[in-house]
Amino acid sequence: MASYIGTATSRVDGRAKVTGEAKYAGEFNLPGLVYGQVVGSTIAKGRISLVDTSEAMRVRGVIDILTHQHRPEMADSDDAYKDDTAPEKGSPYRPLYDDRILFCGQPVAVVLAEDWETARFAASLVRVEYQREAHVTDLHAQRGEAFAVEKPEKPRGNAEKAFAAADVRHEAEYFIPTEHHNPMELFGSTAMWEDDKLTVYDKTQGVQNVQRYLCGVFDLKPDAVRVLSPYMGGGFGAALRPQYQVVLAVLAARAVQRPVRVVLTREQMYALGYRPATIERLALGARSGGTLDAIMHEAIAVTSQFEEFSRNDTGWADLLYTSPNTKFVHKLARLDVPTSSDMRAPGAATGVYALECAMDELAIALKIDPVQLRLQCYSDRDQNTGLPYSSKQLRECYGQGSAAFGWEKRNPEPRSMRDDHELVGWGMATGVWEALQMPAAVRIVLTANGHAEVATAASDIGTGTYTIMAQVAADMLGLPIDNISVKLGDSSLPQSPLEGGSWIAASVCNAIATTAHAVRKELLRLAKRMKDSPLAGAAADDVTLADGKIVSTKDPGQAASIASVMQHGKVERIEREESNTFTEDKLHARNAHSAVFAEVKVDEELGVIRVTRVVNAVAAGRILNLKTARSQIMGSVVWGIGMALHEETLYDHHFGRVMNANIAEYHVPVNADVHDIEVIFVDEPDETINPLGIKGLGEIGIVGVAAAIANAVYHATGKRVRDLPITLDKVIQFE
Amino acid sequence: MAQPGTAEPLRQTDVLPEKIQITLTVNGTRTGLAVAPWTTLLDALRDRLDLTGTKKGCDHGQCGACTVLVDGRRINSCLTLAVMKDGAEVTTVEGLASNGTLHPLQQAFIDHDAFQCGYCTSGQICSAAGLIAEGKARTADEIRELMSGNICRCGAYPNIVAAIQQAMERS
Repeated sequence: MASYIGTATSRVDGRAKVTGEAKYAGEFNLPGLVYGQVVGSTIAKGRISLVDTSEAMRVRGVIDILTHQHRPEMADSDDAYKDDTAPEKGSPYRPLYDDRILFCGQPVAVVLAEDWETARFAASLVRVEYQREAHVTDLHAQRGEAFAVEKPEKPRGNAEKAFAAADVRHEAEYFIPTEHHNPMELFGSTAMWEDDKLTVYDKTQGVQNVQRYLCGVFDLKPDAVRVLSPYMGGGFGAALRPQYQVVLAVLAARAVQRPVRVVLTREQMYALGYRPATIERLALGARSGGTLDAIMHEAIAVTSQFEEFSRNDTGWADLLYTSPNTKFVHKLARLDVPTSSDMRAPGAATGVYALECAMDELAIALKIDPVQLRLQCYSDRDQNTGLPYSSKQLRECYGQGSAAFGWEKRNPEPRSMRDDHELVGWGMATGVWEALQMPAAVRIVLTANGHAEVATAASDIGTGTYTIMAQVAADMLGLPIDNISVKLGDSSLPQSPLEGGSWIAASVCNAIATTAHAVRKELLRLAKRMKDSPLAGAAADDVTLADGKIVSTKDPGQAASIASVMQHGKVERIEREESNTFTEDKLHARNAHSAVFAEVKVDEELGVIRVTRVVNAVAAGRILNLKTARSQIMGSVVWGIGMALHEETLYDHHFGRVMNANIAEYHVPVNADVHDIEVIFVDEPDETINPLGIKGLGEIGIVGVAAAIANAVYHATGKRVRDLPITLDKVIQFE
Repeated sequence: MAQPGTAEPLRQTDVLPEKIQITLTVNGTRTGLAVAPWTTLLDALRDRLDLTGTKKGCDHGQCGACTVLVDGRRINSCLTLAVMKDGAEVTTVEGLASNGTLHPLQQAFIDHDAFQCGYCTSGQICSAAGLIAEGKARTADEIRELMSGNICRCGAYPNIVAAIQQAMERS
């Protein structure tokens, strides 16, 4: 019997995706379906004084138009609108609730029609008048008003004093603009009421989060609401919180008593959450030999006027580098925009970008190789808590990454390497992310024909959850992978956390392990009842499931087939549901790490930057599937390329509106932008983090990539660009 | 707060364009349908023929998720009105496999893990089929360039190039 864990297994949902059979939230063409088109506000702040729907209502095929003055009832307390990932502080946005406009693009009406074209046309006829109020959408204009939020990391020593006394100092400000996730699938929901039961197909990273949210907003009992998301066309954090179209679809379905689909346009998706624009200030003080004495990191990030969203931008230095003196400050600035949100490696993608560029600048000031500086400052403990790591093979990442990249051939002098008309630059950076686990339950139904269904409410947002769950279940149950079917994305299935934070793999796979153990115990109980049972004296921990059999680990000759055990026991199916077991490990810091090496080539005359090579060496515990894991890191590197060179949401601050709200003018990497990407998984056994030693891979791959590229651009051109994205106009005037 | 459905019904004027009868041969099957002139080929496929394998990612010809083959050429179906293609042969991702056997590109996409979420995949595969038929791309760089109208936000590009190379070698 093959072992599946750790192999390069092809996606079990691959066939559904390459044939077009996989159905996404906006693709359930239910009988009698009504199409909804959202009308968005054209101002950023103020009140609606009039919504005139009369002309739109005259269009043949229009059924109804919902507004804040004309809609079914919905909850009126903040608590009802707080989903699992809502910021602790603030009042969540309530779609179509009242006349207040909180951000540009906020829905002010939903036109419901017999077909989508009619809804779209009629939406253009809805006339809205506003009482405008002065708005602000520019972080730089509001930085003076920013306020500090509480942080877990306490200051250590006296960073200001140590910085002032340091032999070598580097101090600089870095900037990351607002970025939008832009998953390929448009946000959409299809809602249907049957009697008093609500079924919703939704684009979400957490069906049970949406279920709980809808129960709150519409005052429903949990068993009256079922949310489904069997396939999801990309999330990257955008679909962690329930988005407003799901509320509108449910409202509309209730209003017209028919199934309703509401799909947003690409432009409307720029009025959802986003990676907040962030100003990062770094101050590093070092001894001339190349050790750190002081680290100060302050971040100022965007949030909305009505909620306080913040993630940990600062503090990552304490996980990577030893320094007796540190100080971390996180501030928020309120703007008249939607609340910022999680986007791939929230906090780390931005904070570590700044930290790792600053480390590069410090290495140059110290005249020390950037890898060498990081090794000299390397920390075997979380500096803030003092805890050792459950595992940390970051040294190996530096070693294997630099070897694969050929780092030793680097001439440290900027503008010293060239390829024909292009300047060549090599840069590197470190990545770090959390390795978390959340409570999760898995149900296994083993049938006498040797098939098993494995189910939990988690979503597979493209990460490969279907596949790794099938692999782990196949190994734990001793069955071929083709005999395993995985059910996901249904709120009625056993409890699962949101698909985010890189914690799904560890959470659900360890839950499979505990549930499979319960199945095995039941099989052993049945096996012992067999006449002349070969396993009569076996204890629960002395048997394993392999090759369709229950086998004694002490004497592999003692075995019985699962089919015969179930036949003798007269059971058709064994069903068990268990949760992952974990206790809060207070003795270890738990993180995934990486070392990223990037090569850029910069056209000396035109300033065009190409990322020609990236090596990302990752230490993230046990790798469950070499194929999908490599893809995940590769995709993250592509995200890092976008962050470094392309992505920027541009606001017209006069109107408080996004100017490039489309996927042509908001630049994301295309095929021609991406060249060689090598992914290395550094062996990292971890026996303490969780039973299967899994750390998760969703975020770690992007962290450090933008910094490695920015550092490479400096090395190529001698020009340090600190505000992302590094567009050609910023490098064209070489110094 | 006013209750829905209680608004006084307004006289609905006939401002909508009349529907036009067209015939499309979709995945080998001749299909007649009446569509409004403003209906795109993409919406006709997804909403009228329930062929949801063809995806809508932007509706502006910017992302390529809606790529289908019309008379053998790859086009963005969101930028094409259905009435413009009366009489045309349309191949969507649902029409690539034959008798349960995957098209070499579909198999190559699975082998090389050339997708994650799967939402751009139909467009990538149809675009790649068009690319191979065009016979222009010979090198990896040419494939990258000529596939750059199909965005993959999951970032599977190197795997997409590898999958197309595999299918090209075998065709």
